[in-house]
Amino acid sequence: MDHVLDKVIENYHENEGNALTLLQDLEENFGYVPQESVYELSDRLNIPPSRFFGIATFFSQLHLKPRGKNIITVCRGTPCHVKGSEKILSRMRMELDIPPEEETSEDRMFTVEEVNCVGACGMAPVVVINQQVQGEVNIKKMIKQVNELRAEE
Amino acid sequence: MDNNSVVIKVCSGTGSISAGGAEVLHAFRELVLSSDLEASFQDRCRADKVGCRGFCARDVLVDVVIDGEKTTYERVKSDMVPRIFEEHILGGSPVQEWTADELHQSFQDNQKKVVLAHCGEIDPEDLDAYLNVKGYEAARNAFNDMQPVEIIEKIKRSKLRGRGGAGFSTGHKWEFAYKVDEKEKYVVCNGNESDPGAFADRCIMEGDPHAVIEGMMICARAIGAGKGYIYIRDGYSLAVKRLRLALKQCHERGFLGKNIFESGQDLDIRLYPAPGAFICGEATALVQSIEGKRAMPTPRLTRTSENGIRGKPTVINNAETLANVPKILRNGASWFAGLGTDTSGGTKVFSLTGKVKSNGLVEVPMGATLRDVVYKVGGGIDQDRAFKGIQLGGPTGGCVPESCLDSRVDYESLAVAGTIMGSGGMVVLDETNCIVDTAKFFLDITQAESCGKCTPCRIGMRRMYEILERITSGNGRDGDVELLEDLGSHIRTTSLCGFGMTAPNPVLSTVRFFRDEYNIHIRDRKCPALVCKSLLTFSCIEETCTGCGMCKRVCPADAIRGTRKKPHFIDQELCVKCGSCFDSCKFGAILKE
Repeated sequence: MDHVLDKVIENYHENEGNALTLLQDLEENFGYVPQESVYELSDRLNIPPSRFFGIATFFSQLHLKPRGKNIITVCRGTPCHVKGSEKILSRMRMELDIPPEEETSEDRMFTVEEVNCVGACGMAPVVVINQQVQGEVNIKKMIKQVNELRAEE
Repeated sequence: MDNNSVVIKVCSGTGSISAGGAEVLHAFRELVLSSDLEASFQDRCRADKVGCRGFCARDVLVDVVIDGEKTTYERVKSDMVPRIFEEHILGGSPVQEWTADELHQSFQDNQKKVVLAHCGEIDPEDLDAYLNVKGYEAARNAFNDMQPVEIIEKIKRSKLRGRGGAGFSTGHKWEFAYKVDEKEKYVVCNGNESDPGAFADRCIMEGDPHAVIEGMMICARAIGAGKGYIYIRDGYSLAVKRLRLALKQCHERGFLGKNIFESGQDLDIRLYPAPGAFICGEATALVQSIEGKRAMPTPRLTRTSENGIRGKPTVINNAETLANVPKILRNGASWFAGLGTDTSGGTKVFSLTGKVKSNGLVEVPMGATLRDVVYKVGGGIDQDRAFKGIQLGGPTGGCVPESCLDSRVDYESLAVAGTIMGSGGMVVLDETNCIVDTAKFFLDITQAESCGKCTPCRIGMRRMYEILERITSGNGRDGDVELLEDLGSHIRTTSLCGFGMTAPNPVLSTVRFFRDEYNIHIRDRKCPALVCKSLLTFSCIEETCTGCGMCKRVCPADAIRGTRKKPHFIDQELCVKCGSCFDSCKFGAILKE
């Protein structure tokens, strides 16, 4: 971790001291923003941790909790909504045992999250599975794919 | 190029790639290069990847252009490629059964492509392809032969207005920044398209990235900026990849960097991945996030064009606006102004989605009617159901009914109709969509995306959402509609930024046009469109049920009982009202009411 943080600090100075890009850097390296890294950076850079947490909680791209190995992003844009994305979302959460108010399953295999729109509205409803955009999905197709991802383990 | 040539254009946008576009392109290229063809044929035949042409529902789209004559194939899979190649490209007769139908033709023919003209025609990853269509000529011209004032005058005369939503005159915005005596100035391309149901900027950035960069260069020349940012949504991975590549190509050719086109001016443009917040579309919030802070709007005591990033003049233009700029310089201001109305020049790209036959990206002249867009371009309502309304301008826009279909699409006419242009989302609703549910859906987004700085928006939107929730769950009270109107108008007038001022729009416009539907939810505890779950019941029609057991198998709540070949019944206590049984029953034996 120390090595990564050294590099993050180096980039921070290169980016003219931009706290947001620093957090984006952490997210990219760890897959989320680990709280302990924020405290350490706060000590080393002499910046109050509240500034970092203020930014991290503001933007949807930054996460303070570890995320699942597989990330399923259900588009909740308008066209997807009118074509039934809510059903897909609630069924996926049920299928993957995501606890209420959480996004990630307890075994950290799956994260099910929402996004306002991925801009692929012509193919609604859209789901992004591990960064692959998939259009015209339905519950049956989704369950099949999730089972395939499980089988890969 | 047109004579004696064969060009195969394979759509390679996000939609196409998810439908297998890369495999289709690969299959064509393999065949073109296969060894048993004559070298002379191979010299004049090539397969190109091209940007999205807007009709993603029919992907993968492939154009085969033989001696300038174009045939379009739709829904192409890689296993269809050998036959197209054999019969059409080598044999000369198109495979009729796979070619695009009339709906596709009317979708394309009723548009006017200006800003999307290159999308679907040239390879977005090839700088030379862009140069072949006179790319960067306008920028070169601007740097070598034009004075900043001339450029600004030309943009003003073209009546180009910001495509991001507010519709501010682009030329005037540039002029403000130009007039400030500062060494350090910025040009920002706003590609943080966060409106659900809008994807025009994504397609432009993916399909014609160099046009966006060229527009930024011209702006930089006009205002004297040395630095530019392309502020792009991180989720748009293909657009990020293509813009990054395009910027690299420009730096390599010397179009960007030091002393560009020997003008003495330096210009560096960088990608800035947006961290994900709807509010960042607001100019002052965008500036905050580029500075690395929480993206909270600030009171607009000055303009960002005069006092933006780090207090320096900053022109923030939407990607679509910028992509128009090179075309205005090349074809003239009067040409562009002549395409539109008296007050706004050019065309507008809309993301036409929802319950229309042809979903996709459409470009029409400013001043076309909504009816033209929905019925001529979009082909009418899906399954010929009844039209109900159109939600325009994203979640802070408004929903207008059938009586507004003859409204023109320009900033003023849409405002009169009770909605906004916004970023060009156009979601068509039919009789099976519930208006109250749709309004609630938009408020769910806006109340969560409120930055929290000012009270009317932060708390007011939440309260409005709760009222809608109560109405859709069957607990609406008398006076709720009036309460919504009252709250909405206060939020509109007392919020700090443009977001809060427009966020109540979906509710206020639907209350205005569809008041009865609200009242039926409250008074009769019914949802006429059969959407609001809590107001529905599912039951088995005994006479029609064959006892096939399908509903029982798909029910996620184990709420369906019954033995095989005997009528089943639904336990109302256990039913979660997901509708799976209704969707799966082949005999129409599930009653939804």
